[in-house]
Amino acid sequence: MNEKYARITRDGLWNNNVVFAQMLALCPTLAVTSTATNGLGMGLASTAVLLLSNIIVSSVRHLISPEVRIPVYIVLIATLVTLVDMSLNAWAHELYKVLGLFIALIVVNCAILGRAEAFASKNTVFDAALDGLMMGAGFTLSLVVIGGVREILGSGTLFANAHLLLGPAFAFLETTIVPQYKGFLLMILPPGGFMAVGFLLAAKRVLDRRNAARAEPVAAEAATS
Amino acid sequence: MKLEELRTKLVYQGILLGGVALLTSAALSFASRATEADIKAAEAADLKQSLTQVLPGEYENDLLKDTVTLPGKEGDVLVYRGRRAGKVEAVVYRVTGRGYAGAIVCVMGVSREGKILGVRVINHKETPGLGDKIEPAKSDWIHSFAGKWLGEPAADKWAVKKDGGVFDQFAGATITPRGVVGAVKGGLEFFEQNHAVLLDEAGGKS
Repeated sequence: MNEKYARITRDGLWNNNVVFAQMLALCPTLAVTSTATNGLGMGLASTAVLLLSNIIVSSVRHLISPEVRIPVYIVLIATLVTLVDMSLNAWAHELYKVLGLFIALIVVNCAILGRAEAFASKNTVFDAALDGLMMGAGFTLSLVVIGGVREILGSGTLFANAHLLLGPAFAFLETTIVPQYKGFLLMILPPGGFMAVGFLLAAKRVLDRRNAARAEPVAAEAATS
Repeated sequence: MKLEELRTKLVYQGILLGGVALLTSAALSFASRATEADIKAAEAADLKQSLTQVLPGEYENDLLKDTVTLPGKEGDVLVYRGRRAGKVEAVVYRVTGRGYAGAIVCVMGVSREGKILGVRVINHKETPGLGDKIEPAKSDWIHSFAGKWLGEPAADKWAVKKDGGVFDQFAGATITPRGVVGAVKGGLEFFEQNHAVLLDEAGGKS
């Protein structure tokens, strides 16, 4: 049983990471990651939607007939996103001004429909919730890393404006890595997003290959003994 | 009848879709009611904050409630008026310029005498690092408008330096400041044409 939860967690965070393994949700990924803070905000909002949509889809999975499942999922996800959009606008207005444009993009985040279809519709509510949480955490992590790389290279800061997202208590996160930095425009513009994603993806592949090579002899030994 | 069997029936699909649509729209209208007041309050606070940035000083009235709408070059312009001792001392309104990447929305405050009290860009999509120097956080260029009016500089000098005017452009970005300067000039002309109505002195109506 624990084995299963560990697998769901590993899949979400690393092995089947939304951005770096499934290569889904690249549109919002490239659009918002000009700073680490924006990435974090988008990641958290997507995680909330992903968690709720997985729970709802999984709890009504016996009622939904396969013929009309896609429109039902889409309507559910669109409703959740609109709810998040309205509550952010009402109760976190400063953050909404930063992220507002991208919240609506969560609807077309195919990762959410993908998880509803591939996981939540076939698993129990608890498993689906864990999957949503972990996929969301993996997505958030990817966005923060991409955003961090672009922000450090592009403007020499890290987590700028974090107090708008997390409240004044988190202002300590805001660091200037390179003082008096003139800025490297390319990294802030969309091409920088593609480059950051590409290099990080390549780095993950290298790591994975090295891990696999290291695991192989161990597995072979275990099989012979 | 079992659920499995029922699920394959055509009528079940219709009822399912209808039920989902009904439930979700109910949830949405409920949420819309719950958030409406807070969203309005947040937007009003936002607007007030941007208004006070271009209208330094104290005014006796609530700016958001003393408004007048006039036809401008690009549709109706909503003007907020600040009063002291019943007299309109300053007005604030939006102007829109054409930037490098779409509209640049500015809000400008103009005094009774037609002098600029302040200009702020509230929305733009200009290139980060080049065109975004119109934001006060990036550069103090936008403050160079304060105190200017249609006679100072002269009308033909209301342009960026490259076009023979007096306003600085940025290295690598001329279109953005050109758009803002043009918008501000248009805003002053709008004030000139309508100042009787704007200052509430048109027909002796109080």
